[in-house]
Amino acid sequence: MVANAGTRTSGTNFSESLRSFWKKNGENIVLPIIGILGFLVIWQFASMAQLTKLPPPTSLWTDKQTQELLLYPFMDRGGLDKGLFWQTWESLKRVALGYTAAAIVGIGLGILVGTQPKVNKALDPLFQFLRMIAPLAWVPITLIALPNVQTAAIFVIFITSVWPILINTTVGVQQIPQDYKNVARVLQISPTKYFFKILIPSALPYIFTGLRIAIGLAWLAIIAAEIVMSGVVGIGFFIWSAYQNNYVSEVLLAVVYIGAVGLLLDRFMAFLQHKILPTDSRS
Amino acid sequence: MDPYLNHSGKMENMASLNSANSALHFETEPNYGNRISTNGTLGMTQTVQPDIQKTRKISEPGPTSVDPNGFLVVDNVTKVYPTAKGPFVVLDGINLTINEGEFICLIGHSGCGKTTLLNMVSGFNTPSTGQVRLQGQPITKPGPDRMVVFQNYALLPWMTVTDNVYLAVDSVYPDKPEVEKREIVREHLAMVGLTEAADKKITQISGGMKQRVSIARALSIRPKLLILDEPFGALDAITKEELQEELLKIWSDHRCTVLMITHDIDEALFLADRLVMMTNGPSAKIGEVMTIHFPRPRDRARIMEDPEYYDLRNYALDFLYNRFAHDDDE
Repeated sequence: MVANAGTRTSGTNFSESLRSFWKKNGENIVLPIIGILGFLVIWQFASMAQLTKLPPPTSLWTDKQTQELLLYPFMDRGGLDKGLFWQTWESLKRVALGYTAAAIVGIGLGILVGTQPKVNKALDPLFQFLRMIAPLAWVPITLIALPNVQTAAIFVIFITSVWPILINTTVGVQQIPQDYKNVARVLQISPTKYFFKILIPSALPYIFTGLRIAIGLAWLAIIAAEIVMSGVVGIGFFIWSAYQNNYVSEVLLAVVYIGAVGLLLDRFMAFLQHKILPTDSRS
Repeated sequence: MDPYLNHSGKMENMASLNSANSALHFETEPNYGNRISTNGTLGMTQTVQPDIQKTRKISEPGPTSVDPNGFLVVDNVTKVYPTAKGPFVVLDGINLTINEGEFICLIGHSGCGKTTLLNMVSGFNTPSTGQVRLQGQPITKPGPDRMVVFQNYALLPWMTVTDNVYLAVDSVYPDKPEVEKREIVREHLAMVGLTEAADKKITQISGGMKQRVSIARALSIRPKLLILDEPFGALDAITKEELQEELLKIWSDHRCTVLMITHDIDEALFLADRLVMMTNGPSAKIGEVMTIHFPRPRDRARIMEDPEYYDLRNYALDFLYNRFAHDDDE
């Protein structure tokens, strides 16, 4: 009896909390779904009405070959014939390497440039020049300059994503409030302590902004890099070869993967930012 | 609450009296001096002798020389900034001697170089000519013996209250054992009444509490000279009075020397031994130095009842708003 009563109460509680959750977040869930469905419906009709040669969204299922890719993302037939999960995974590994290098170099160089006005003057024009070069333009240069395709791909990611990290870190260090510097001076805080207790925490919101912009750019760059650097496993080259073979619905499926991964990467960085930064100093 | 109401009521009266009577009435009115007591204590006003009143001056002109053996000596200091239009003289020939244990307030309009003067004492800035000396040693750079309580608190928002104070103690006494440093922090937070808030983040506490942390941090490293740059300017009237009283109590317990910038004449009269009044910039000088004789420990209500309080207050107001009125609004 007692157990019964207990179960009933918790059941009511659960449905009640579900209701209050729905009241609070219902709109946030329903409206995006309506938006996405609306977009897909319009696309479907546009394709069916022959307004575009692009296959409709339903082709992901109706096209036999694409359906196979959709259902078996983990398949591996060796060589370049792998499921989309593995293709994406290979690309992500490259992004991780290039992005890590960009974070280390960007933050390190940013702190140097931010603390040394002379270094800043010497290097700033060069940085502003280099950061305007699109990822695709780096591809031929890196292919010539670097020994193999893999390294070239990672370098392209690095060089694309390093700028926002570098520039934001520089600004973050330059923007350390004079008050904090004055406290450090009057207390004669040691350089190491200044670095870890004042400089890094103070610049951290800027560094995170840079890191978050950079993760998006890094992901954009891998696609560009792989499209040109033919013959590697990766979602970018997958799109390119699908296009060459005129498997348009496969391209669409890969684009869905790319968008989803990009969104997840951004959410992940936002989560880190939220975890590490105090609420009020988030930018 | 009542003292506050009384207090502000009286202030309004006096302010209107002052504006109606803009001349130097303490010298032009013959009977006025009767109300000034010789030693500043209450109840003595009836027995003052007329000839003493004439020689008794509220305020002295800015000193032209210094006592070379003074605790803190500002010796003929001039500060000039080069500009495109030629040199710009901020301070011109400042002389000031501060004795050990004194509480000095510095008052003057914005832009008159108060902060510049303070920065030369704290060492953030150096004089163009002349010298600032603490116990005979010329001041060339900032140091923990001249700790500053900054206007905007200058606390590190990513740290807790305790960690902010600890950073100071740890930087100044790196060789003390951890336990002792922790104890110093705990003791100073207790002194400003922040034991409960010790583990809070700076962003979670109010402005008044922030300034308390800043004072605790400054005192925790036992500075010879405590420098305060308009510390209570951003606080509401009640918090401000509470903190003034606490500062005074801490000062009388610690017996450190205090140099403080303020915009508030009442604050200066309540706190200071001497009030240094600066003329307007450019080329600002020390206009006059007023000695404030109220006995210590000071009680705000009693000081407010002392007629001398209003003489001093009116004199300072007159100095700032008539003799050295500021042209443009701040």
